[in-house]
Parts: sequence; C-alpha cells; structure tokens
Amino acid sequence: MSGDHEDASISRRVRRLETLLEEKGVVTAGAVDEVLDAFLAGASPVNGVRVVARAWTDDAYRARLLTDGTAAVQELGFMDGSFQRLRVVENTDATHNVIVCTLCSCYPLPLLGPSPGWYKSEAYRSRVVREPRSVLAEFGLQLPTTTDITVWDSSAESRYMVLPRRPAGMESLSEDELAALVSRNALIGTAAV
Amino acid sequence: MARINDVGGTQGFGAIDTTDDPEPFHADWEARVVGLFNALRAQGIFNTNEFRDAIEAIPPATYLTMPYYERWFTAITVLLERKGVIEPGELDE
Repeated sequence: MSGDHEDASISRRVRRLETLLEEKGVVTAGAVDEVLDAFLAGASPVNGVRVVARAWTDDAYRARLLTDGTAAVQELGFMDGSFQRLRVVENTDATHNVIVCTLCSCYPLPLLGPSPGWYKSEAYRSRVVREPRSVLAEFGLQLPTTTDITVWDSSAESRYMVLPRRPAGMESLSEDELAALVSRNALIGTAAV
Repeated sequence: MARINDVGGTQGFGAIDTTDDPEPFHADWEARVVGLFNALRAQGIFNTNEFRDAIEAIPPATYLTMPYYERWFTAITVLLERKGVIEPGELDE
C-alpha cells in the first residue's frame, strides 16, 4: 500500500496529464468520465453470477455455455462486441478449476468486474501455477487430494470463468436464490459454492 | 528472454493477501487512469498490445515496487511521448 505522500504525488501527476491532454485537445474531462462510467456500468460480478445461475437451472444453456462461452454470455447481453474469447470451465467431482493471468492481469471484466487486488499480485500469479493446492488452502478452500486441480492462464485474447458445482440439496431454489450463493471468488476458482 | 512480468512459477513472492475487497479503485487517480486508458485507446492513439508491451518494459526493480495503476500511468505516458502527443519532460513539475 502506498503512503499518503506517494499517493498525493501520483494523484498530481495524473491530474497534470489530464489537463495537458485537454489543453492539446486530445481528450476532454467529460469524455474520460463517460468511458469510465460505461466501463464500470458494464463490468460486475453480478453478470457472471447470473450466467452461472442460468447454467445451473437450464441444461441446454449450460451445454451451450461450455461449448462456446462467448456466444452463450452474449445471449444474456454480456460481452457484446468484445474481441475476447471466453471459455467457461466446469468444476466436477473430479476436477476443480482456477484462473490466473501469470503475465499481467487478464480477466473477464464484463462478467466479474474489476479484479481484486490479490489477482494482480505477483504472489498469486507466480504461485498458483506452481502450488495451486497450497494457494487454494490459503483462501480457505481445502480440496481432497483426490480432486485434480486445473489452472487456466489467461491471455489478452482468451479469458476464462469457472462454472462452480451446484450445491447439493437445493433443487427447489429459483435462479435468483441460487445466484445469491455465488461469490466472485467462486467464479475465479479460489472458493467453492 | 522473459521480462519481469513473466512471474508464473517463480519463487519468493511470499504469502498472498487474500482480502476480498469489492471496491474497484482505492483512490480517484486510479479511476482517472483507467478512464484515460480507455479514452486514449478508443481514439486509436495506442492499442492494447502496445500498452501491455509498455507495462512489461518497465525496468524490473521499478516494476516490482510500483503500485498496479501507477504501472498503467507510466505506460500511458511512455506511449504518449513515443507517439509525439506529449513532449518528453512536459509532465515534469
């Protein structure tokens, strides 16, 4: 975490750049506000949770989601016009999936919102591909040694999202009730449902 | 040769701070940097690959100590200078 002094300095430099770009007629403050608002409005874990709840209650949708993630989430109005390819990976009794971007911070933003700080950290990026079981335990997720773990390394063009296992004994729950059970970490694979 | 950003499998980065923080930004400047990035990219001043390259080219010692969105800001200023949109030193106070 940076100190107040550092924060004041970077804050000044960012303001100075914005002013400079405005003076040069490159961008306006209004234009920056607009793209920022659009970015935040279109990116939230509520969207990913919605996709999961639909897949849990509609087998045909689930099949489409696992075959072509991009097209299936576009059916629900997410990732329209995105140049990225989405692959949804399904947790089963035998396999648990977890996503990372070892090179930087690639992430399915429209479905999960801006990523948590730890996802961008060198500690997570370096370790989850080497010792996923220990890393998941640090998140409080203890998996049986009989469960395989598959780690998916994202790229600029290919993004991943985890389809968690639907909890047992909740057959009577509606799509909305199921959605309430799913956390952002479950969509990344650092938690189960 | 791999650049400093290519950390997959390397050792020594220690424990992960697993705090689940739903806030996307922790200071206004972070949000402004993301807004600037999106606005400049939308205008075609640079593309995503150029931006990533500029982040990955930050010298290792700086990269490792620099906050995440300050890397973004650094990459933006490097690209704006390279493209002649701003002059070297123009941002200095």
